[in-house]
Amino acid sequence: MESTIFILLLPFLSFLLLGVFGKWFSHKAAGLIGTASLLAVAVLSYATAYDYFFCLERTAEGVLPTVVPYNIHWLPFFAEGLSFDMGIMLDPISVMMLIVISTVSLMVHIYSFGYMHGERGFQRYYAFLSLFTMSMLGLVVATNIFQMYMFWELVGVSSYLLIGFYYTSPAAIAASKKAFIVTRFADLFFLIGILIYGYYCKSFGFEFDQAGFAQGAAMLPLALFLMFIGGAGKSAMFPLHIWLPDAMEGPTPVSALIHAATMVVAGVFQIARLFPLWIEYAPGTLHIVAWVGAFTAFYAAAVACCQSDIKRVLAFSTISQIAFMMVALGVCTEYTTGHHHVGSLGYMASMFHLFTHAMFKALLFLGAGCIIHAVHSNEMSAMGGLRKYMPITHITFLIACLAISGIPPFSGFFSKDEILTAAFAYMPAMGWIMTAIAAMTAFYMFRLYFGIFWGTENKELHAHHTPHEAPLTMTLPLVFLALVTCGAGFLPFGHFVSADGQLYDIHLDWNIAGTSIVIAVASIFLATYIYMGERQPKADALAEKFKGLHQWAYKRFYLDEVYQYITHRIIFAHVSKPIAWFDRHIIDGFFDFLAHGTHALSFRIRGFQSGSVQKYAFVFLLGTLALLAIMVLA
Amino acid sequence: MIQIEYLLVVSAVMMFAGVFGFLTRRSTLAILLSVELMLNATDLNFAVFNRMLYPEGYEGYFFALFSIAISAAESAIAIAIMINIYRMIKNIQAGELEQMKW
Amino acid sequence: MLLGLWLARDVKGVRAVMVAGSTALLVLAGYLTLTFLGDRAAGATDEMLYTASFDWFAPLHIKYSVGVDGISVAMLLLSAIIVFTGTFASWQLKPLTKEYFLWFTLLSLGVFGFFISVDMFAMFMFYEIALIPMYLLIGVWGSGKKEYAAMKLTLMLMGGSAFLMCGIFGIFYGAGGQTMNIVEIANHTGGAHAIDFGQQCIWFPLTFIGFGVLGALFPFHTWSPDGHASAPTAVSMLHAGVLMKLGGYGCFRIAMYLMPEATHELGWIFLILTGISVVYGAFSACVQTDLKYINAYSSVSHCGLVLFAILMLNQTSCTGAVLQMLSHGLMTALFFALIGMIYGRTHTRDIRELNGLMRIMPFLSVGYILAGLANLGLPGFSGFIAEMTIFVGSFQNADTFHRVLTIAACCSIVITAVYILRVVGKILYGTCTNEHHLQLTDATWDERFSVICLILAVAALGMAPLWVSDMINTGVAPIVDHIHASGQAVSSCNPFN
Repeated sequence: MESTIFILLLPFLSFLLLGVFGKWFSHKAAGLIGTASLLAVAVLSYATAYDYFFCLERTAEGVLPTVVPYNIHWLPFFAEGLSFDMGIMLDPISVMMLIVISTVSLMVHIYSFGYMHGERGFQRYYAFLSLFTMSMLGLVVATNIFQMYMFWELVGVSSYLLIGFYYTSPAAIAASKKAFIVTRFADLFFLIGILIYGYYCKSFGFEFDQAGFAQGAAMLPLALFLMFIGGAGKSAMFPLHIWLPDAMEGPTPVSALIHAATMVVAGVFQIARLFPLWIEYAPGTLHIVAWVGAFTAFYAAAVACCQSDIKRVLAFSTISQIAFMMVALGVCTEYTTGHHHVGSLGYMASMFHLFTHAMFKALLFLGAGCIIHAVHSNEMSAMGGLRKYMPITHITFLIACLAISGIPPFSGFFSKDEILTAAFAYMPAMGWIMTAIAAMTAFYMFRLYFGIFWGTENKELHAHHTPHEAPLTMTLPLVFLALVTCGAGFLPFGHFVSADGQLYDIHLDWNIAGTSIVIAVASIFLATYIYMGERQPKADALAEKFKGLHQWAYKRFYLDEVYQYITHRIIFAHVSKPIAWFDRHIIDGFFDFLAHGTHALSFRIRGFQSGSVQKYAFVFLLGTLALLAIMVLA
Repeated sequence: MIQIEYLLVVSAVMMFAGVFGFLTRRSTLAILLSVELMLNATDLNFAVFNRMLYPEGYEGYFFALFSIAISAAESAIAIAIMINIYRMIKNIQAGELEQMKW
Repeated sequence: MLLGLWLARDVKGVRAVMVAGSTALLVLAGYLTLTFLGDRAAGATDEMLYTASFDWFAPLHIKYSVGVDGISVAMLLLSAIIVFTGTFASWQLKPLTKEYFLWFTLLSLGVFGFFISVDMFAMFMFYEIALIPMYLLIGVWGSGKKEYAAMKLTLMLMGGSAFLMCGIFGIFYGAGGQTMNIVEIANHTGGAHAIDFGQQCIWFPLTFIGFGVLGALFPFHTWSPDGHASAPTAVSMLHAGVLMKLGGYGCFRIAMYLMPEATHELGWIFLILTGISVVYGAFSACVQTDLKYINAYSSVSHCGLVLFAILMLNQTSCTGAVLQMLSHGLMTALFFALIGMIYGRTHTRDIRELNGLMRIMPFLSVGYILAGLANLGLPGFSGFIAEMTIFVGSFQNADTFHRVLTIAACCSIVITAVYILRVVGKILYGTCTNEHHLQLTDATWDERFSVICLILAVAALGMAPLWVSDMINTGVAPIVDHIHASGQAVSSCNPFN
């Protein structure tokens, strides 16, 4: 367990090395350094996970203990019980996250060799990837909420840097700025939440059995809710999701790593981390999370059905899937787990879905990267009929689509089924809503799939530039992730992660599972029916029929425009500009007025100083006489 | 023995003649003369008071001598300035000297 | 050092002397820090260490007494770093090099003197010494509306020092007219409590505003944008980096330490003003188009945070304030250095005319991005720890009034992100459209050196804050305790409570 420190240090060192001395390395060397350090990290993570899950003794209650191999006093706050510590904490979810992050990150590193081949700034790219990996790992192993916040910010910055990687493209610049500012805005609430939490609970730590929490109970719902807003910003919950689709301006592997698999689940992870507090002190607020999640899931699924840019479709599907995880957490009603209690099933389901989603969504994005690499465009209109050019990509993409649609035996089926079970247990209405959204998921994913790999070929474009299968460095990660996606569903996930740490056997509720399979298959057929044919006449007819609605959804319900209006028209034009004007003209004007006033006054006064000695002497004389008179009279 | 009052009256007349001249004359030369007149009036006063009231001391005489020396130096400087002014503006009327104002 | 400059004949000589002198200063400051830490660790518990004192002007009990505590050591270290890097940043300054460095050195003399003085009058004198060279440095070597800016800056600061002078003499006589020594006034036989409450309420605002002008307290901050915009690079660095800290330091050391009751009584007014500074500065920075104006307003915001934090009156926030002084000093110095270097090449600071500099001068651009990220509180740089300490500290005040202000201040971090990213996006990213700029070169070795030094300092503070924070706390704790010991407000006139 002591070796965990290297999990953080290695990527950091490689970041420093590549960031500072990057330009003296060749592309190959830089990539190798980055990948090698990540490989070491992945190996260490697997070793840690093995140690943790299989070698560590469970406690008497059958719970996996929390291990804190490092914890140093980093920055003292001279207030009661508060300090900013840095350390590493291992518990089931952080170990699980270690595996997810290091696996996906390693795959992305390998993949980028091919994808970014010959790009300018290759070294910089690897440096940023290392920085991101380091901060994300730091986030999940944080021993206290402040450390989490710190790495949270670092994650945000590395995401900013990577989205803006193509810094000469205006869209990328705008997108990176937007991503950073929106998440920063959400982080503000996170910070305030932390402050409240720290003040009332007298601790920033994650040891939830302290007396302080009972004292702070009254304020905890507020604190937790504020933190949730922070998490909603990172995890792109409605209405703070607007940055995520734009973030697709970054290189595709980055989208796979950051904006699909790891960073965006930070919000989910944060709630999971504080889950005991949520359940204990703020169950009502937790259900708000569930409803926010449900709405987001629906909204994103609806938008995803109408997008034409494949990365955007994937981005909205990511939003929708993360919202599934949020719902799963939100529908929990109790802390203990048992075969007859499904009250805390959602926690496990959420983490399980996080795990499986990370794998298949990374797979989808990497596949999309191969496609974009092949056709040099993100638009679906440039694709179609690609299955004969890129067989490996085609098969792996199909596997991922099946997984996300919830078709057994792929991993997504198992985790999504747990979520649906939890939702039904909470409230049948919620369960049906989520099932419907799952159906929409299947629909838009297959719309995408058929649009890319079947459908009409864009002949003139392809004649101009024949699509070809991606190089080995790119297909290898695809195959690996596809294998994981096929197998992950059969992991006894409940044995590793569950709300109270007890062993929990996943069992399928065939009522629910059956329904969801039927619905998923039905919507796949629907998608096949609509999109498989030549030039999609039916789809176009439908789009024509519901033109307004389609246009609305295509424009993402005009939310971006609303934000644009608020920031530019209201904040910039009606707050900042007047303040700047006020500063220049009123305040500065006042001081300038003082200066000019003094000047003008002295200009008037100088008339007295005529320079004529005789006048002075006369005044002097008069003065003397006046003084004399006063003296005589007094 | 001349009465002290007579002498003081002489010096007072000189003094006020000087003051009047200083205030009213336009020519700087005349103003200088007036200043000299005032200085001489004071010198006279010094001498008179010393002679009449403290005949055993000599400070008044010394002071008067000192003051005469100073006024000689001062008028030398003043005339030098006037000559310079005259060279510049061809005039030594006090009212015309405005160039150095402000 | 001054002497050396006087003797130096040519430009080379001047530079050599300057480098030697500033290196010596840096080494001395480093040594001082180390010995100070060592002595504290060894158990020296006096409030001030290494004190020395001799009579200067006996009738008014003015002594030249010096000594340092945790706060001043930190400040001295900061000043030494900035003078050192400032020397390198003005390496290529052309006309009147010798005179420039002469005034520059005098300025730093004033700053150093200010931080080591424990005598109010000596402090005041050093303050004035630091002020006057500013006028010449901006007026002669500046750019843009330099005469106007220099005059405005000097007049406003002089106005502040007039207030200050009244305040200082008020304290002096109020405390019995026996001593000008700050520590003695505070602790001597009843000490500061001997100052009559009514009098405190007069002298406290005077002193606070006097120093507040220098610390860019709203609404006395307007000298700062013009002054910074016109000043030459190294002067901007020293000015924003160190001189503005004099304000915060003075407020804390004199105004609040010596007049605790008035602080409790009237602190809220200034708290509101500083709160306004923080948010207002940040909003103003959003729409400026001149790089230096942006940073000047950002300084207003960050220095506002310093004053804000000390008025929160607890150990955490006050330690945070000093950390913020350190961190803001280094960051702003870095910023102004970089802006100076960019301006020196492109001859414009208007962000509408600059774009795509990343391709042309990668080193400066990366430096600028790092400075920007540090400024918006990226963890790993000093801004983050300072802001977090301040926010945690401020949040310890549980009443609504303080809470609302704290949350408002927190909002500034978002706005900071907006204006920093706006600039970065506009001037560094994108493609360069101005063909004159395409020929420009990247930083020279001396510029690189000074930028790297500053970045390292910022990162060092951000990565390992523990020792600095502890050191500062040894200085802050007695003062805060003292303020608290004097009890709460006699009659609380804060309408918000």
